[in-house]
Amino acid sequence: MSLTVLRPGMLTTVQDLGRYGYQKYGVVAGGALDTGAARVANLLVGNDDREAVLEITLGGASFAIDRPMIIAVSGGDLSATLDGSPLPLWRPVYAKAGSVLSFGACASGCRTYLAAGGGFDVPEVMGSRSTYLRGAVGGFAGRALKADDELGVRPPNGRTMRLASLIASAVREDGLAAASWHASHFAVAGSAEEQVVRAVPGTHYDRFTLESREALFGQSYRIGAQSDRMGCRLEGETKLLLSLPLELLSEAVALGTVQAPPDGDPIVLLADRQTTGGYPRIAQVASVDIAVLAQLKPGSRFRFEAIAQTEAERLYVAGERDLRLLRAAVSLKLRPLA
Amino acid sequence: MTNADRGWELLPLGDGALLIRFGDAIDEALNRTVHAFAARLEKEPFAGMIECVPAFASVAVHYEPLTVMRSRSQDEARHETVYETVYARVERVLDSFVAADAMEERTVIEIPVCYGDELGPDLAFVAAHCGLSEDEVIAIHSGGAYVVHMIGFAPGFPYLGGMSERIAAPRRQTPRTIIPAGSVGIAGKQTGVYPIATPGGWQLIGRTPLALFRPERAIPSLLHAGHEVRFKPISRSDYDRYGEGAR
Repeated sequence: MSLTVLRPGMLTTVQDLGRYGYQKYGVVAGGALDTGAARVANLLVGNDDREAVLEITLGGASFAIDRPMIIAVSGGDLSATLDGSPLPLWRPVYAKAGSVLSFGACASGCRTYLAAGGGFDVPEVMGSRSTYLRGAVGGFAGRALKADDELGVRPPNGRTMRLASLIASAVREDGLAAASWHASHFAVAGSAEEQVVRAVPGTHYDRFTLESREALFGQSYRIGAQSDRMGCRLEGETKLLLSLPLELLSEAVALGTVQAPPDGDPIVLLADRQTTGGYPRIAQVASVDIAVLAQLKPGSRFRFEAIAQTEAERLYVAGERDLRLLRAAVSLKLRPLA
Repeated sequence: MTNADRGWELLPLGDGALLIRFGDAIDEALNRTVHAFAARLEKEPFAGMIECVPAFASVAVHYEPLTVMRSRSQDEARHETVYETVYARVERVLDSFVAADAMEERTVIEIPVCYGDELGPDLAFVAAHCGLSEDEVIAIHSGGAYVVHMIGFAPGFPYLGGMSERIAAPRRQTPRTIIPAGSVGIAGKQTGVYPIATPGGWQLIGRTPLALFRPERAIPSLLHAGHEVRFKPISRSDYDRYGEGAR
């Protein structure tokens, strides 16, 4: 095997970009919560951005690397170390056989993604390698990783092999063999006291009281302790209330749908959301800012900022272009010097 | 962006999905239209379309904006937003869509249920609440024909229409933290089957040994929208034997 779990930490699961085409059967889309970080980690090791990675939540996880491989850790800063040396994030690193990768306290963010050259080798279920915990489907035996689990890595492609040979020889003063270049401009887990999450008014926005609509885009929200991969439960001072009672039929929801149940505290639906829902939808988080929510720890605060649908689309397209640029930049690094 | 006179309304659902509402009621004919339209879109997907999610009275179309943008025709090139392009593509299908008048024969799926005792711990409550005997509740529940309006909430979970109001019962005051897979329950005027173990507040009247969620199959849900469901009472020994046969 290629990687052995020494300590699983709070929650470590195998994830990719999700399971599509089965939502009409009630199967959750799932996948990495911070897809941007997961994709960058993959691109940095020469993988396709859809390969399976490990989603490591909060600190405490550690892994033994059983055979040499190129790895990258992207997302929240969970104080990663490789054989005791601080491991730089957003950068490909060559790990020798027998090295130990550990994660400690959360310095910023709360989820980080470990990609290995080739991609983690778990069977595809319904076209995806992501773990759907509640359904006990996909990933590693349909569950979170435990100590002593052994994970394989799929055969690396040519890009990955060339990257590995380039980086293996780039040994730095601290003993780490790491690339001199990085992609840390993709980090969203900033140090700002209060983060901003951009959102578009939702399909039932007009059905809420004026006070509620103003509160949504005016007040500060706290991430509730009950938040998980399914959704971010928010706590705000002013509750969100409908002007008139509304009888709604269940209908499809999407990533980032902000539902307001009768108690008036909104829930932002994340990767493991149900496919349909029956609560009124007051807003819709822009896809690009899902990562901000994915990196906020329970107890931290943020504000919503209202943007137009057009702007949310523009941000999405710009985000995709950035990822394509990164892929191209990695290719350039592989080109032999003239 | 409504087109109420033509019977539908299109709305954005974030920056990667569009919602088509055909109405706002639970209605057989409306629900047939919804599923027929979803099937039509799936048969003729537009570039960038990911999947369709039909519900009681609506269909959501999930799409990948960049693929939509890159596949724009000359006509579509003037669109200012990706949503506008998806709107036009969906509307084109709607324009040529005629809801089938012919009532297709419904596929009937029989679900064996062992009612009462430890597999249906709330059967006595439902009977007492409705002023019926336990056998009467079983007879009414298994005597009905139920239509699957949509699958949602959990993998393979059917929203069923057609339960007799004589056996309607309120949800439990305190939800159970875990309900075993296969549990058959009643909540208000609805009945349903839990395909996977989840927390829940439904009154549990029995359990089926049949797997409603089958992740290893190409189509992971036993039930599909439009199916007709009938419940068949089985004994505890049949329930246990069924389990052995399936494993």
